Amino acid sequence: MLNQYIPILVMTLAACGTAAGMIILTSIIGPKREFEEKMEPFECGVSPITDPKSRFGVRFYLVAMLFIVFDIEAVFLFPWAAVFRELGMFGFVEMMVFILVLTVGLAYIWKKGALEWE
Amino acid sequence: MFDYTYLPAPNLIPSIVEMMLKIVFIFSMNMGVFAPLLGWVERKQSALMQDRIGANRAEIFGFTVFGLLHTVTDAIKLLTKEDFIPRGADRPLHYLAPFIAVVPSLVAFAVIPFGGKYMLWGHEVNLVIADLNVGMLYVFAVASLATYGAVIAGWASNNSWSMLGSMRVGAQMLSYEVAMGLTLVGIFMVYGSLQLTTIGMAQENFFHWGIFLQPLGFILFIACALAENKRTPFDMPEAESELIAGYFTEYSGLKFAMFWMAEFLEMVTIAAVLVALFFGGWHIPFITHQGLIAAMGYLFGANFGAIAAMIIHVAVFWLKVVVWIMILMLIRWSLPRFRFDQVMKLGWKIVLPLALANIFITGLVLLAVR
Repeated sequence: MLNQYIPILVMTLAACGTAAGMIILTSIIGPKREFEEKMEPFECGVSPITDPKSRFGVRFYLVAMLFIVFDIEAVFLFPWAAVFRELGMFGFVEMMVFILVLTVGLAYIWKKGALEWE
Repeated sequence: MFDYTYLPAPNLIPSIVEMMLKIVFIFSMNMGVFAPLLGWVERKQSALMQDRIGANRAEIFGFTVFGLLHTVTDAIKLLTKEDFIPRGADRPLHYLAPFIAVVPSLVAFAVIPFGGKYMLWGHEVNLVIADLNVGMLYVFAVASLATYGAVIAGWASNNSWSMLGSMRVGAQMLSYEVAMGLTLVGIFMVYGSLQLTTIGMAQENFFHWGIFLQPLGFILFIACALAENKRTPFDMPEAESELIAGYFTEYSGLKFAMFWMAEFLEMVTIAAVLVALFFGGWHIPFITHQGLIAAMGYLFGANFGAIAAMIIHVAVFWLKVVVWIMILMLIRWSLPRFRFDQVMKLGWKIVLPLALANIFITGLVLLAVR
């Protein structure tokens, strides 16, 4: 049933066209007045003293790593949920064991303080 | 594999016409009604809640039309503003970010049914743009693309505040995406499908609405959806008092408006998903789908009756969506902003374990009543 995706393709093309049109319009129509002070990044009138692309907190990186683990768990759960009634007791126990393993992982990162933001 | 047997060759022309009409309808609802009007609704509703008058200055020949003309003046103003890009910014990415932010919010609606199935002159009309069997998975997949828009916007702006905002967007959206996926597993188990039309048909009986079968899942989902929408009380990425405007500080003109539009269209999508999953979709309480078609068919004849039933169902769906948008706005104007550590704590330590518990309980109950 691949032709179910044709409407999505048409809609995506329309959305891309709309978005591109808006960007092109605004860059053509607006005035352009450039001078030295104005082109600085806005920091409430104070000249920027730090480079934004310097180091940032490692916790943001950690969240992204934890996300991968638990998002894959969620992806495994979707097809299981759709056929849950057919699988019956066996499927339920099987998936609960899987969730339990990941819950132990969650308890571990929790105890290790990976979820603390002080 | 391409399933050629599925292609209805004699019905090709009506099918294409139907597809184009549905796409045009949803596009004009989103771009023509909701994108401009929600700005006005937000201003007027907040004014009402705070005992103010709200937008009322724009006038044409002395008529202000409840401040509705502000949508027009805003559009003209944003269109004629300078498109500002700060020095040292990554120009291609600066252009790309609003594009990536707005496209997913426009296409996420494709799988949400805004009506049922109707027979018109022997041609079956299914009021959903793409009736995918992976339904909600598609919504998750497309909605998560919006994260890139916000993160790239902060990265490309060469502004420390934007950068902080985009870091927060990344962490917040990723955390709540996990939780949001897990909160809806219960709904998929109950209805045995990810397909939104199937879930919609299963909610014909008022007492089979998702809100009655999955009350905990509903509460957890609405918390996650609010966080994904990045509006108050979850607006850490754009916290005005801390980060100026967060990831879109360095945006102006229509490029700024595109982030703003994406936020409103996400809100429409969230409201539509809430209605489709938890509030019976297009169904009127206590009136069955076929019952309404039969009643209308008795009044107007088979074909025009089906059209009348279709119009009623679509109107009921959008009415529910509008009510939900107003509730989401009510939440936005009632609650103060959380702190970032509180948001992360809510996502990982409260919503995630509760969602897992919800899956466990749902499974037990389903096996018990089987």
